[in-house]
Amino acid sequence: MSMYIQPEYEVIRNEQRCINCRACERQCANEVHFFDPKTGKMNTDDAKCVNCHRCVCICPTHALKIVRSDDTYKVNANWSKQTINEVYKQADSGGVLLSSMGNPNPLVSFWDKMLINASQVTNPPIDPLREPMETQVCLGKRTAKIERDASGKLKNTLLPHLELKVPIMFSAMSYGSISYNAHASLARAAQELGTYYNTGEGGLHKDFYKYGKNTIVQVASGRFGVFKDYLENAAAIEIKMGQGAKPGIGGHLPGTKISSDVAETRMIPEGVDAISPAPHHDIYSIEDLRQLVYSLKETTSYKKPIIVKIAAVHNVAAIASGVARSGADIIAIDGYCGGTGAAPTRIRDNVGIPIELALAAVDQRLREEGIRDEISIVASGSVRSSSDVVKAIALGADACYIGTAALLAMGCHLCRACQQGKCNWGIATQRPDLVKRLNPETASKNLVNLVTAWDREIQEMMGGMGINSIEALRGNRLMLRGIGLTDTELKVLGIRYAGESI
Amino acid sequence: MVIEAEGKTFAALNSEVRACEDSEILIKNCVGQRYIAAGLSKKSLAIEGTPGNALGAYLNGAKILLRGNAQEATGDTMNGGEIVVCGNAGDATGYAMRGGEIFVRGDVGYRCGIHMKAYKEHKPAIVVGGRAGSFLGEYQAGGILIILGKDVKGSPVGNFCGTGMHGGEIYLRCNALPKLLPAQVKAERLESLPEGKVKSLVQKWCELFKEQESEFLNSSYFRLIPNSENPYKQMYTVN
Repeated sequence: MSMYIQPEYEVIRNEQRCINCRACERQCANEVHFFDPKTGKMNTDDAKCVNCHRCVCICPTHALKIVRSDDTYKVNANWSKQTINEVYKQADSGGVLLSSMGNPNPLVSFWDKMLINASQVTNPPIDPLREPMETQVCLGKRTAKIERDASGKLKNTLLPHLELKVPIMFSAMSYGSISYNAHASLARAAQELGTYYNTGEGGLHKDFYKYGKNTIVQVASGRFGVFKDYLENAAAIEIKMGQGAKPGIGGHLPGTKISSDVAETRMIPEGVDAISPAPHHDIYSIEDLRQLVYSLKETTSYKKPIIVKIAAVHNVAAIASGVARSGADIIAIDGYCGGTGAAPTRIRDNVGIPIELALAAVDQRLREEGIRDEISIVASGSVRSSSDVVKAIALGADACYIGTAALLAMGCHLCRACQQGKCNWGIATQRPDLVKRLNPETASKNLVNLVTAWDREIQEMMGGMGINSIEALRGNRLMLRGIGLTDTELKVLGIRYAGESI
Repeated sequence: MVIEAEGKTFAALNSEVRACEDSEILIKNCVGQRYIAAGLSKKSLAIEGTPGNALGAYLNGAKILLRGNAQEATGDTMNGGEIVVCGNAGDATGYAMRGGEIFVRGDVGYRCGIHMKAYKEHKPAIVVGGRAGSFLGEYQAGGILIILGKDVKGSPVGNFCGTGMHGGEIYLRCNALPKLLPAQVKAERLESLPEGKVKSLVQKWCELFKEQESEFLNSSYFRLIPNSENPYKQMYTVN
């Protein structure tokens, strides 16, 4: 590390409260805390602190707090401290900057610039506590034709679907990027909630096959862990073409996180960085994508819906139109604020477009082309609350994926150091001593609580709009109004300005 | 059982293969149907004609004997079993293969063995009689690729052989190392094939295609393996 870079955070210890129990020292995988026998007191190395708050939360006497250092470079509006430090780091190492989790920069959130409607006087609101409210959704093609057999009975021509009790699923996070216990928690919660979790591109640990009915398995360019049983076991198969945090870039799992179990699941050498390249080397066109879609359908006898996940990029609407014609049943679109275990900083912070705009553009395009029923849309990339979900559905999504919010529910403190593999909360690590800190029983309960609470809030908001079925909210953009948006933004979002009537 | 493929769509043909109760199947007059035997585990197929892309994709233990040429992505993500191609095979043969064996009598196209993986007893292998195109063994993480270069003048592989390789082995039967080998690859010259898995794979190829064993066992080979334990680590800096 460059000598120029000073610690970003300071660990402040209240000497009067500290009882030298050394819990902080035992709990910190970054080795920030240590006991100084000369002084008989605890001391810290602030430079190692990632501000994950593990020590703060664990300290029995509340003796610790972590504050942002007020040490500053000469103030410069153009050259921020972060920018200067990044130059120092690269000048020191010659390396590509690698970051974790979603983009932390102050970006425009279009969710925050859209407001939800409510009924007044006419078309009265509905009270979800007393009246039935439908938040269940089905994902897949809606193009089944009515056919009858010789005796006049209806033939079942329904194509395979995913049935979600809530319009929220857990997005792809691979075993490797997150721990065994984190995967266990997501799987259990998905089962209890009647929704789905997604294995990500790292394959599926054999212990989790029992959650198959609530599992979406991913097929990415590296094809880690992909084989017949893995595909057969799942409720749906997702082809990962791209990811919002790093459009145009493949996966990168640092070698420190490739434990023997992860190596076995992925079938790669232990301790070596796992690279999934940016492209699928057999996909150069929509026709080629169709080939992968159908090879998966053939292998699983047309029993599983196929999801194609793409990053929200400039031509997302045209790409989605192609995906809808590839035979895929569901398209997942991931916006530029989406999280990741590791992504080149420059890609994460500068490539891709916001999910709100991408989603609106895709829904619009598919409707114009008359193929919206060919494919369901799942939106992701910083869906932070139930109101984000409601807005996404009103913009045209069928359901949302949540990743970061799910991690937070499990105890993640968004310290953005996942790539270092030393997650003190037992989530983004493979170190057995850290993994065991995450209790799947508690964490799955927390996930269930979160999604249940969001579902209630979604029902409240729907009831307020006088809508009792989430199907009636989908693509219902009249339920949204914009504030602080330009004409172009309103046009892309397909919504009116607040105060404008129909 | 004999299945006549002519005039059938891939979906019809494949569903017939899946439904067939016989363990041995002969597909006649195959004309470009894709995904034949995808994910199949127990049967033994012989194919006459030219199957389409992704022959034996996700193959899970079945055997395929193709009396003709294969197109692209033969044995894509294959997990187990055997594919024998009596002619040539196209691009991305054995893409992300993770078990089983592919034997090709003639040549293969670009990116053969890309993303091939291995773990403990799962050790996939591809043996190619002729020449392989560029990017052989790209991102290889495990398994064995053998290119025999029979009747090939010059290099038996195209450019960028082993780009991004971080596991497994590539054997090239030739007298001079191919040009443009990437930095991640280390080569060693062998005057004959050592005893073991590689030798028995070559012997099996000779037996399948009625070739003289001695010609292939007592030749000089280059063995390519990755030269770094972690080729990408130094590229990144934590931010």
